[in-house]
Amino acid sequence: MDFLQTLKIALRALRTNKMRSFLTMLGIIIGISAVIAMMAVGTGASYVISQQIASIGSNIILVIPGSTTSGGLRTGSGGAQTLSSDDVKAIMAECPSVAYAAGTVRTSGQVVSGNMNWSSIIMGGTPELFEIREWPVVSGRPINQDDENGAIKVCLLGQTVAENLFGSADPIGSIIRIKKIPFTVIGVLDRKGQSPQGTDQDDAVFVPLRTAQRNLVRSQRTGIVGSIIVKAKSEELINKAESEIQSLLNQRHRITGGKEPDYSTRNLSEILAVAEKSAKAMSLLLGAVASISLIVGGIGIMNIMLVSVTERTREIGIRMAIGAKKNDILMQFMTEAVLLTMLGGLIGIALGTGGATVVSRLLEWPTMISFQSIAIAFVFSGAVGIFFGFYPAKKAAGLNPIDALRYE
Amino acid sequence: MSSVISLTDIRRVFIMGDQQFEALKGVSFDVTAGEFVAIMGASGSGKSTCMNILGCLDLPTSGSYLLDGLDVGGMTTDQLADIRNKKLGFVFQGFNLLARTPAVENVELPLVYAGLHSKERRQQALIAMEQVGLAGKENNHPSQLSGGQQQRVAIARALVNNPAVILADEPTGNLDSRTTEEIMGLFTALNKQGITIIMVTHEHDVASYAGRQITFKDGRIISDSQIKRTD
Ligand SMILES: Nc1ncnc2c1ncn2[C@@H]1O[C@H](COP(=O)(O)OP(=O)(O)OP(=O)(O)O)[C@@H](O)[C@H]1O
Ligand SMILES: [Mg+2]
Repeated sequence: MDFLQTLKIALRALRTNKMRSFLTMLGIIIGISAVIAMMAVGTGASYVISQQIASIGSNIILVIPGSTTSGGLRTGSGGAQTLSSDDVKAIMAECPSVAYAAGTVRTSGQVVSGNMNWSSIIMGGTPELFEIREWPVVSGRPINQDDENGAIKVCLLGQTVAENLFGSADPIGSIIRIKKIPFTVIGVLDRKGQSPQGTDQDDAVFVPLRTAQRNLVRSQRTGIVGSIIVKAKSEELINKAESEIQSLLNQRHRITGGKEPDYSTRNLSEILAVAEKSAKAMSLLLGAVASISLIVGGIGIMNIMLVSVTERTREIGIRMAIGAKKNDILMQFMTEAVLLTMLGGLIGIALGTGGATVVSRLLEWPTMISFQSIAIAFVFSGAVGIFFGFYPAKKAAGLNPIDALRYE
Repeated sequence: MSSVISLTDIRRVFIMGDQQFEALKGVSFDVTAGEFVAIMGASGSGKSTCMNILGCLDLPTSGSYLLDGLDVGGMTTDQLADIRNKKLGFVFQGFNLLARTPAVENVELPLVYAGLHSKERRQQALIAMEQVGLAGKENNHPSQLSGGQQQRVAIARALVNNPAVILADEPTGNLDSRTTEEIMGLFTALNKQGITIIMVTHEHDVASYAGRQITFKDGRIISDSQIKRTD
């Protein structure tokens, strides 16, 4: 018997009991839409995290000042001014696993261009900073070593700042005032998006480190940096680089014995990688929980198919008497079951996709529906039909035609 | 003329728990192509048991059955299904049509399992429906047909695959006398076209349409006689 005919028979059987077919499908619909929505929420989260990892740059170690005690008052972590440009140079020179190191200082203030003004973050950084962050300029030129050495008053604008100060006009060559000091705009940076903390990374102005140290930040000594950002040569070398930095800085800062270091290091990539892994695990877990409802739906299908086989015993008898082989009957009921679950699967995919969109709109939670999860859901719904449809179909195919014909 | 059906010493023993019941106790007869045979006998005499064996729905406990020259004994269930599909047509007392399925699709059903394409199926089904006088009722569902018309659909379904034999177990059992006459008229006409028919009935009037009567009693044949038709 050809497949088209089998399909037609199955469709007619499902249409005959529309309400029952729908209720039977409901279990699968709920199961599949739950799986799709949950996977979307989980995948969305891990996608955002991986985007953030990419936006920070890969293989990054952050060195920040530790707490110090001065006059009986302990400052918080990062509050002290214990790191210097010399530390940066030493890390570059003496740590073999380090590709780049850049000192940065950070402040905030008013940035003015003509009659426009904007309050933003102002970052001082050596040219290596942009290598480490993998952050190129889209127009103009980057900060170079001459700017740094000469403490030239030039700046790069983040996209947000450029838009707010210049709109669609070209800012290159314009003079802006940062904390009332005039700077020449030499370039605009590429768009970076949100940081892992949720701040807009494009809302920043960058100047050479030495320029910032001299003009924009106050410090107890010259050459103080707020933090050092380091890029390891490769992913495998991150941990090695971290310990090289630690032993170098311990030596330079004379940290011995049980003395608490006046700095700390953070392996950002690692932190985010862990977060990404847990988000992935979470989405898998959610998917697994949701798939339990699929199994419940499958049992519902099996139940209804068994009822259907009993109800249609006589029909099975007629078909057998007229020449249907065991396999024809088996296929007929299998097709019915798989059709039910696949139809339920399709509706569930539509509902789950819609649900995920609503979740992302209402809760502002990023969701992402991969083609993969849709394909998996579809195949899985078919598999549920095959698995739970097999027993009832087998039962139908095993009927004796004489008994089946006599069945009232 | 050659035998379409050849039964030799057919026995059928039913086993229920530790009880045994021999429903057929050595039945032998031949049917020649083109015959119209009526099987009669009291209730429980083994008529339906014999028809089930003739219809390849059941296998005898012993004895041999040749259908159109083929030995049916020892065939697998799928082979039997194939024989039923290609060589036999069934007409039942209770019509046994598929509900909620148009008449023409009921008639097509044997051809579906024979693997014919839909165009061919429809063509042959329409011819069979015309043969039984149901042209125009193709799209009626069984519930939209009278008992006699439903039995005609069943007969068309039995005819559609050009079987060697049509087997009818009490085909008029559910019909009134006027409709019975119509259906028997149809059988007679079909038989005149050369179709072999074996029919079980309780009624002598109905049996008298056949050219030969076989009477069962307690699982044995007690008489087998050619009779003169009453047409
Ligand atoms: N599956 C079975 N299991 C046990 N006994 C059976 C079975 N089928 C038939 N019989 C017995 O075999 C005998 C013959 O039954 P069968 O159905 O052939 O009678 P019949 O001649 O067709 O009767 P009726 O005219 O009432 O239809 C009966 O006694 C019946 O009880
Ligand atoms: Mg009977």
